[in-house]
Amino acid sequence: MASLVAKDAEREAPRGLGHVAFILVMVAVAAVVFMITRSIGNSYAFFAAYVVVQYMVLGTAWNILGGYTGYVNFGVTAFFAIGAYSTVVLHKLTPWMPLPAMILIGGVMAALVGLGTGYLTLRLRGVFFSIATLALAVVVQTLITNWDFVGGARGAYVMRPRIAPLIGGDYIQYLFLVMLGLCVIALATARAIERSALGYGFAAIRDDEAAAEASGVPTLGLKLIATALSGGFMGMAGAPLPYYVTYLDPSSGFSLNYAVNAIAMPLIGGTSSWLGPIVGAILVGGLQEYIRVTISSAVNVLVAGVLMVAFVILAPQGIVGLFQRKKR
Amino acid sequence: MDASADLLINALISGLLLGGFYAAVSVGVAISFGMLDIVNIAHPAVILLGSYVAFIGNTVFGIDPILATVITLPVFYLLGMVAYQVYYVAFERRDDQSLRGLSFFFGILFIAEVGLILSFGVDYRSVQAWYVSGNLNLGIIELPWRLLVPFLLGMAMVVGLQLYLSRTFIGRAIQAVAQDQQALRLMAANPTKIKRIAFGLSFATAALGGAALIIIQPVEPSIGREYIGRVFAICVLGGLGSFPGMMIAAVTLGIVENLTATFFGPSWAPAVAFGVLLVTLAVRPSGILGR
Amino acid sequence: MASSLSVSNIVAGYGAVRVLDDVSLSVGAGETVALLGTNGNGKSTLMKSIMGMVRPTSGSITAIIDGTRYELVGRSTEEIVDLGIGFVPEGRRLFPKLTVTENLLLGAFRPTARSAIAKNLDFCFETFPRLQERAKQLAGSMSGGEQQMLALARALMSAPRILLIDEPSVGLAPLLVQRTIDKIKELKDGFNLTVLMAEQNFTQAVRIADRGYVIVHGKIAFTGDSAEALNNNDLIREFYLGA
Repeated sequence: MASLVAKDAEREAPRGLGHVAFILVMVAVAAVVFMITRSIGNSYAFFAAYVVVQYMVLGTAWNILGGYTGYVNFGVTAFFAIGAYSTVVLHKLTPWMPLPAMILIGGVMAALVGLGTGYLTLRLRGVFFSIATLALAVVVQTLITNWDFVGGARGAYVMRPRIAPLIGGDYIQYLFLVMLGLCVIALATARAIERSALGYGFAAIRDDEAAAEASGVPTLGLKLIATALSGGFMGMAGAPLPYYVTYLDPSSGFSLNYAVNAIAMPLIGGTSSWLGPIVGAILVGGLQEYIRVTISSAVNVLVAGVLMVAFVILAPQGIVGLFQRKKR
Repeated sequence: MDASADLLINALISGLLLGGFYAAVSVGVAISFGMLDIVNIAHPAVILLGSYVAFIGNTVFGIDPILATVITLPVFYLLGMVAYQVYYVAFERRDDQSLRGLSFFFGILFIAEVGLILSFGVDYRSVQAWYVSGNLNLGIIELPWRLLVPFLLGMAMVVGLQLYLSRTFIGRAIQAVAQDQQALRLMAANPTKIKRIAFGLSFATAALGGAALIIIQPVEPSIGREYIGRVFAICVLGGLGSFPGMMIAAVTLGIVENLTATFFGPSWAPAVAFGVLLVTLAVRPSGILGR
Repeated sequence: MASSLSVSNIVAGYGAVRVLDDVSLSVGAGETVALLGTNGNGKSTLMKSIMGMVRPTSGSITAIIDGTRYELVGRSTEEIVDLGIGFVPEGRRLFPKLTVTENLLLGAFRPTARSAIAKNLDFCFETFPRLQERAKQLAGSMSGGEQQMLALARALMSAPRILLIDEPSVGLAPLLVQRTIDKIKELKDGFNLTVLMAEQNFTQAVRIADRGYVIVHGKIAFTGDSAEALNNNDLIREFYLGA
């Protein structure tokens, strides 16, 4: 069975690297990106680059569920904020804990919430899951607004350490490095899923769930795996946020921008492969930074929404899809 | 009467009135989601557009807020028809409703919200009319006009639409269109045209609901998000597409939210709708009157 | 006024599969014509081609309705129904969550039918007393026989001049099949209709048919110009009775 699947994978994707090689290439790319950012030599570059990479992780996370299985999660902010607030809690309880451990815990919390929501609603038609995730965002926001320990509606201050561990320099450099690492992990996961039996199962659900179910694909289980993975990565993307912003309140932690960007970027880049969310994040994230500097920060948030609507109507396969069509 | 019983009765009555208003903002979703099977999560954005039209009509031209929205209903109706046409061409015909169709409406919701912020800022806006303050005194209880007028408006909308849907040819076709589109063609009706009309109606009701909203409370652009959960909770709980079910669900939600706000504090109220929605989806997705 | 239907040299199919291969037939004014054939021979596809639900790759379908001639190929289903051609589809296709009355009233959506709505509704209830008893019941909750009655009645509410019926006997008990076929005859006479009926129950169909065609593998294999010609044909014996 395993060899059969592997053969399938080879046939589907004759080009391309093995998993280890891919990870090595990604790590190398990340290292180059980090060096370039460092050579610019001001912390604004790190702040801007952090945001773009954070969206790469969020977009990739969303795409694992949305792009691969076709189930739309509108509650990105819920998962993202669960990660962020879990760091707030850990920062208060165990301030000595290293950031990667906090990220892991934040991810696990978000994955569990994803699992729970999925268990309750994934048996229904996809739209009900989508509506439930919208609801989830507000439920989680209300809970946190009413939770005094994490600052409630007033918000919480999180002191950022002055010096980055391991690499020295400003702490933002460390945050960026961690986010880059997370991005490599998310991408490697997404790409591995695409080329595994799991990915074929996801695609079967997306293409015709009833037929997949009838031919013995364990659809509920697969959907739960996708939801947990996707939610987990969103939580991990959110976990470093308190250190990035140093002041976190519910209205900024649950900003609709996160959800729109996380959904827009894969849809613009293309939902069928791991490359799509990356292309989308670079394009939209870069454009947003550019517009924020040149025009206004109010207009920059519109960009993702307008581009997303334009793309879903005019180029449903995204940028990657446009190129693939040309190649053929 | 002791204080808490008094509170309880008050919460029940204003919950009932609130429920009537919730019906006004939800009835459009009962049509679009319940009858056409189109998940328009941008519905609250249309509600808010209605609120801001009432606001402009009221503050700039000095007319009654409800009247201001009523005058612009044809525009909202046309807007709805255009929205459906785009949805039909870009998603329904390509059979891509679930991923891109949903994202389309999500994008519209976001664009509308940011557009409103850019045009009106994030300040709360309200309207002036005789019914915005004051009470109707019925001896034992006092009913605030601010709640009573939206309640009556909601009732009128639901009854009017129910009559339209059951007594007219187009209305019956709207009820039938999601059940069997091909069979509707055999009745000499064009399903796309029928859906366009229904979606136009859904938009128009949302705008009118928006006028009711700005009477009940001052509005700001991001308030629409709270209503996503409310309107969908009400429609799902009511059993999709059933007006009587929707009324029961709206009133139930109004009362439960009011009790929650009274006894636990208003900051918990937004979670009620979503909690109800999650529980309904998990336990009884066909709704209270569902078959 | 006379209404008739004529199908010439129709070729149609789904994708690469050719289901109808050069089929021609005609239904004269006031006739009841049976289209006979067992499952999978193309009866339904022919009916759907006439109704604009399947687009033929070549050939033409013309209808003369109250003296005016119309080409049907290229028209949408709703346009064809609006011309005055009613269709009772296989599987009935009722609106299950609407009541019997609402189903019937939807039948009269066609503007021409709206003026005669009260008269037609009375006639339907007279012909099918069962429907009147169940007027407020949901269509989906009725028995198969009742649903077939409702499907017939609903098609009549559009005040058609030509009526196409696809497999009225499917899923019905023998006694009900007989009754349904009798009702079709009754309706045809009452409304002065031109009827084309696709059916695999040969014995029942031939009872009320003036003429008939036998379709085998997408081709007209036999044209019977009278009920007797159909009854006494060797091909039909072999095809239906296994003799």
